[in-house]
Amino acid sequence: MTEPIGTPGSVAAPESEAGGWTGAVRRRAVAALPPDKLLPDTQPAYMASWIYVFGVLTLAAFVVVLATGTALAIEGPAWWHTSGFGHYVNSLHLWSVELFMGFMVIHLWGKFFMAAWRGRRALTWITGAVAFLGSVGTAFTGYLVQQNFDSQWIATQAKDGLNSVGIGAYFNVLNFGQMLMWHIVLLPALVGVLVVLHLLMVRHRGIVPPLARPGVAAESAVAEPIETSEPVAGS
Amino acid sequence: MSRRARSAEPDPYSFGSRPYDLVKEFTIALVAVLVLTFALAAVFSSPDEKPLTIATWSTADPGDFTATALSELDATSPTAGYGPPYNTAAEGQKLGPLALANTAGVTHPIDTAQAFVLGPLTSAPHTPQVAAALSTYTAASSTAQAAWTSAYSDALAKANGDPTKVAPGDYGPVPILLAQLLSQAQAGSLDGALLSEGGFYQTDYTLPLLFLADGSNLAAQADADHLSGDQWGMMNETGNFPGQAWLWLYTFWYQISPYNTSVNADALVMGTMAIMVLLFVFVPYIPGLRSIPRLVPVYKLIWRQHYTKQKQDSDRR
Repeated sequence: MTEPIGTPGSVAAPESEAGGWTGAVRRRAVAALPPDKLLPDTQPAYMASWIYVFGVLTLAAFVVVLATGTALAIEGPAWWHTSGFGHYVNSLHLWSVELFMGFMVIHLWGKFFMAAWRGRRALTWITGAVAFLGSVGTAFTGYLVQQNFDSQWIATQAKDGLNSVGIGAYFNVLNFGQMLMWHIVLLPALVGVLVVLHLLMVRHRGIVPPLARPGVAAESAVAEPIETSEPVAGS
Repeated sequence: MSRRARSAEPDPYSFGSRPYDLVKEFTIALVAVLVLTFALAAVFSSPDEKPLTIATWSTADPGDFTATALSELDATSPTAGYGPPYNTAAEGQKLGPLALANTAGVTHPIDTAQAFVLGPLTSAPHTPQVAAALSTYTAASSTAQAAWTSAYSDALAKANGDPTKVAPGDYGPVPILLAQLLSQAQAGSLDGALLSEGGFYQTDYTLPLLFLADGSNLAAQADADHLSGDQWGMMNETGNFPGQAWLWLYTFWYQISPYNTSVNADALVMGTMAIMVLLFVFVPYIPGLRSIPRLVPVYKLIWRQHYTKQKQDSDRR
């Protein structure tokens, strides 16, 4: 016979308090992103343009960048200079980065022209913008750790900009070991976390509705959301 | 934003919905990116121009190496006069009233004479003649040292930079020291000596890179590779590769006045870029800037199907 769960005589906790902190986090997470919102099998009807493809292309390229970077990391930073296969893997890494940055720039411009921060989506824009800046930094440190002439030149040039405002005192682009750590650990982790947060926010709020054209009556009362109001921080 | 405005936030699905397979879309995108990446890598490869070493530099251009070493010895090199974070020889650049470099201070102290010349000479095996020259130089007053290096610098210039053609003169031990350093450099041992941080494992290339940058070979090769500052600099890549095209805005400022003529050019560019970054990140909160999408009709192209349907529905009514 199965024993009943719980201490005999105990009073069951109310639904809103069950499970302690863990339960509270679960309830909050499921309320914010229920499964059908996290992975919906439908999208708003207005999502019908090639520009929407560049978000998912950016994500796909990011996966390829991480995979090819991992392959280079497994063998170490000097491998690709001495191995033909290693050089090809480095080429894969380079071109996936070029694609990643290209897709992301188009995605950003697309979202700018959609004013995609409307409707409490300001933080979605901000995480995307900071992810872009973090990606620029990651690519920059990648160029610094190539261990070739380009790295030498970029390091000796970039030091002046960074030193001029005191950043170089702590972020030394001439220090290969420090830059390698930034390139393969710190900055990818930052970009990775921002990408995950960005995606969760996109799923939470849904994609931004169309702007109403001037002089055209809105399709419904909700067709023109939050035209003039300030976006909400933390939304 | 008011609570009323928040309540006006529409549900995207209130515009109607259509089936959409996100996982399938991502899978197709991943395959497409993989195919593109493999193809681009196979066709275009990636650049890997060999790094410049102090050995190759000193062998190819012993005159430039000797002049650079002399400038390190008498503290007239770019690094010796740099200021923070390497020394206090200059204040560092300013951004208006802000001396941020100076505030951050000297975090990587470098005495160029010791770091680039006297230190490597002392630590390497050398002849009694070199040992005596080292003793003479280090025991001499700074006035005597300056007189020797200044006289040798003038003589080197008159000899068109060729140390083998310098006329006899009162240069003290300087010619012996620089000849020995050139010998060490050409043998390759100076590359290793400058990398030494006092331990077995080394990862910090600050000293050899600064020494290379103080010479003219690094810049000459970069110029030949269209990498100089006035050639849009480091956003380019060696060869015909796209490089860091996304740094175009940062590099752009260096091409125009007042940035390209200011002694605080780097700080000005960094300050300008900091403002640009803030505008970019916080565009949702900046009146005027956040209204641009409404004024530029790109959105009509993006949502043209929606607007067409909206018009058809309106016409039917």
